[in-house]
Amino acid sequence: MTVIIGLEIHCQLDTATKLFCGCSTDYRDDSPNSHTCPVCLGLPGSLPKINKKAVEYALRVAKALHCEVPQESEFARKNYFYPDLNKGFQITQYDRPLAVSGHLDIDGDDGEKRVRITRVHMEEDPGRLVHKGGADRPRYTLVDYNRAGIPLIEIVTEPDLRSPKEARKFLNKMRATLEYLGVFDSEKEGSLRVDANISIQGSERVEVKNITSYKGVEKALTFEVTRQRNAIRRGQKIVRETRHFVEARGVTTSSRSKEMEQDYRYFPEPDLRPLRVCDWADEIVIPELPDARKSRFIQDYNLSPTHAATLTGDWQIAEFYETLPPDLRTSTGTATWVADTLLGELNYRDMSIRHVPLQHFKEILIIRESGGVTDKGAVEVLRALLDQVKETGSCESPGACIERLGLKVLGTSEQGGENPVTSAAREAIEENPQAVEDFRKGRKEALNFLVGQVMKKTRGCAKPADVNRVLIDLLSGEV
Amino acid sequence: MPGRSIEFHPDDRFFAFLRIIHNPQCGEGKLAGIPVAIKDNISTEGIETTCASRILAGYVPPYDATVVERIRREGAAIVGKTNMDEFGMGTTTENSAFGPTRNPADPSRVPGGSSGGSAAAIAGGLVPMALGTDTGGSIRCPAAFCGIVGLKPTYGRVSRYGLIAYANSLEQIGPMAGTVTDVNRLMGVIAGYDPRDSTSLDMPFRHEPDPDIRGVKIGVPEEFFGEGVDPRVASVVWDGISVLEKKGAEIITCRMPSMACALAAYYVTCTSEASSNLARFDGVRYGPAADSKKTWHESFQERRREGFGEEVRRRIMLGTFALSSGYYGKYYAKAQAARNNVRADFARLFREVDALAGPTMPTVAFRFGEKSDPLSMYLSDILTVPANLAGVPAISVPCGKVENLPVGLQITGCWMEDERVIDIAYAFEQGRSP
Repeated sequence: MTVIIGLEIHCQLDTATKLFCGCSTDYRDDSPNSHTCPVCLGLPGSLPKINKKAVEYALRVAKALHCEVPQESEFARKNYFYPDLNKGFQITQYDRPLAVSGHLDIDGDDGEKRVRITRVHMEEDPGRLVHKGGADRPRYTLVDYNRAGIPLIEIVTEPDLRSPKEARKFLNKMRATLEYLGVFDSEKEGSLRVDANISIQGSERVEVKNITSYKGVEKALTFEVTRQRNAIRRGQKIVRETRHFVEARGVTTSSRSKEMEQDYRYFPEPDLRPLRVCDWADEIVIPELPDARKSRFIQDYNLSPTHAATLTGDWQIAEFYETLPPDLRTSTGTATWVADTLLGELNYRDMSIRHVPLQHFKEILIIRESGGVTDKGAVEVLRALLDQVKETGSCESPGACIERLGLKVLGTSEQGGENPVTSAAREAIEENPQAVEDFRKGRKEALNFLVGQVMKKTRGCAKPADVNRVLIDLLSGEV
Repeated sequence: MPGRSIEFHPDDRFFAFLRIIHNPQCGEGKLAGIPVAIKDNISTEGIETTCASRILAGYVPPYDATVVERIRREGAAIVGKTNMDEFGMGTTTENSAFGPTRNPADPSRVPGGSSGGSAAAIAGGLVPMALGTDTGGSIRCPAAFCGIVGLKPTYGRVSRYGLIAYANSLEQIGPMAGTVTDVNRLMGVIAGYDPRDSTSLDMPFRHEPDPDIRGVKIGVPEEFFGEGVDPRVASVVWDGISVLEKKGAEIITCRMPSMACALAAYYVTCTSEASSNLARFDGVRYGPAADSKKTWHESFQERRREGFGEEVRRRIMLGTFALSSGYYGKYYAKAQAARNNVRADFARLFREVDALAGPTMPTVAFRFGEKSDPLSMYLSDILTVPANLAGVPAISVPCGKVENLPVGLQITGCWMEDERVIDIAYAFEQGRSP
């Protein structure tokens, strides 16, 4: 049973001001309705004025997705009643969108895949409802128009995706692309919302609305695939309907059919002139995108395709990688450390790379590369720092952390008395005569055992190579 | 200079004003100390603005419309908000939720509409000038019925920022006054580019009326004197046209076949836009609050049912229908095609003539309640709506009387030639006065 998925992605453009007025878009932590004016409150008599920066951002996206930009596009009104809708209609684009017919290449289920983009259009975000007294049965509802008028783009794909996992991969690639373009801040709450159309080949399609996270997309779609497959197996017919994703329970529920029958009565927005931005689109230069950067990482830093893909799959990580000293960038150890260890530890804590001071990671990498801390020690430092950030929002410096945890690599110089590695090796030899005996009989495993003992005694702060050398020196000296 | 104010205690016996400001501030400038009345659909900071609708009762805008800002900056005293048909929907000012305005020329008759309050305030001698708005004749009709001058400017020449929208693609704010000179003066203050209105045109208006119209070609379309035009009105207007001829204009008769569909195109377009514009009046943000105990759907529906008058509800329903899926192509799209025909007709005519002349209204002012059937009321807009459909300027200037009731002569000009229609009206005004 072939699964067919198409996505509609709504993404907030990270402009400084709103789409049709001069209000600031940075309302995080500010009180409700404090970032509003007659225009974004929809007060009678106010008129929209297009934000050129938002158009430029949308054009960057159109270009990155290889879309055609028609000579003329047009805003339209989508009419419906809802308390979060300040004017009783949303200004969006309908039959004459900003851009059409593009594509985005992804690493799909069966290798490289081209996902076709139907259209990209611009629209305004409505306000936000705040239900007081519980979400299920609120006593009353308040409206916050700080979000009203935030610029959005809607990206619509053709039904080219074949599994929930592929949909997730597509979204990750889309997010990376948007971030590379500098038009999108994925950290902002609600900055990306997805509606998905999903069907099993031969059956009706179902629209799933209200998916607000990347993980949610895969979860919602997986639920739907199972639901639809089971229904078909039981001989039931799939009804064409709109379902809502309930993130907390990981299920989709049927919406009332009334909402489906909405007639939005679209017509051209008379208060805005048509957009003629085709020539402008030609002039816009877009930055290096994930695919190009991946190739460059493979080429310039000699990285494996897998590492290169991971390191360039997130703009911040790629940027971080390129701030490392040149000799570090080309080392497989560094690539592994950033792509696997760092991202793994972040993932484990559900943290984003944005939460942490990158300068510190750079320091850990540099100390580790120069041998100031062992690989194991470096991981320990990383974990300690991440835990501190998660708990308190800040952390000590890697140097201080290494010092505090006693993770400084032990030297083997003889200056100022016997060094700790030699002392520990001596102790190990004294405490394990059987192993020494075995070693002398030529059993290699015995040396490994002794190395382990020394490592234990030095709490992992000695370099294994040093330990090896010191032990052999001591053992052969005794002969 | 701050603190200067005038006294304004008019005897508003025609109910021209919804709100009077007795001690308005004024300042220095081109309109220093002149009392100016503002139609109640234009936003005035700190002064209640209701569009003569119960649904906006108590709404005090936190900002001034661009035109109000400009009038204040030139020192005028804003003396009050004038009555109108609710949201501009009407031809008589009888559709005000707060009661009708009377025509100073004959108090048993309507002043015309929808800017009836502004026209009556001028005709009644309460103010020398006022702002009106014109969506399908709402400045020119009351100007004609009350015997004053009113200009509907070229679309985009005056900022709509702060005008509470009825039909955005058709309407303009315009000057109304007792004389062409004063209309020109007020136009000089309110016109000009406004970055807050995307449909605003960057074309400054600096003009002194010039009565010399020698050699100006004036077309008179047959359709302007078609069925429904009172022969007595027609005769007065023809007399007016001969005055223009005497002043040296060349009169050329012509045809304007697109008139046949103009009224239908107009009513489909304006009701469609209105159905969307008026959606924001749901009791959430302003106006009397809806009953919060009911569900959202019940509360906004009740709010709208009770807050809007009959004609407004009728037009919202007509417009909602015209935009509905399955009907859009039959109505809205067709209306836009007919609108393009009107534009093309004007363009063709203005290659041959400099302006068009004819009656502003087919009849003189109606008696109260005379037009009880909405359709016959709509038909009386036939001569004024073409200018709105095409966005061209048109002025109504008093040109005589029928049984002591004023008749208006309408001069329609080429796109952006507001100055020319003012000059022709001025020449006419000069030619008539001894």
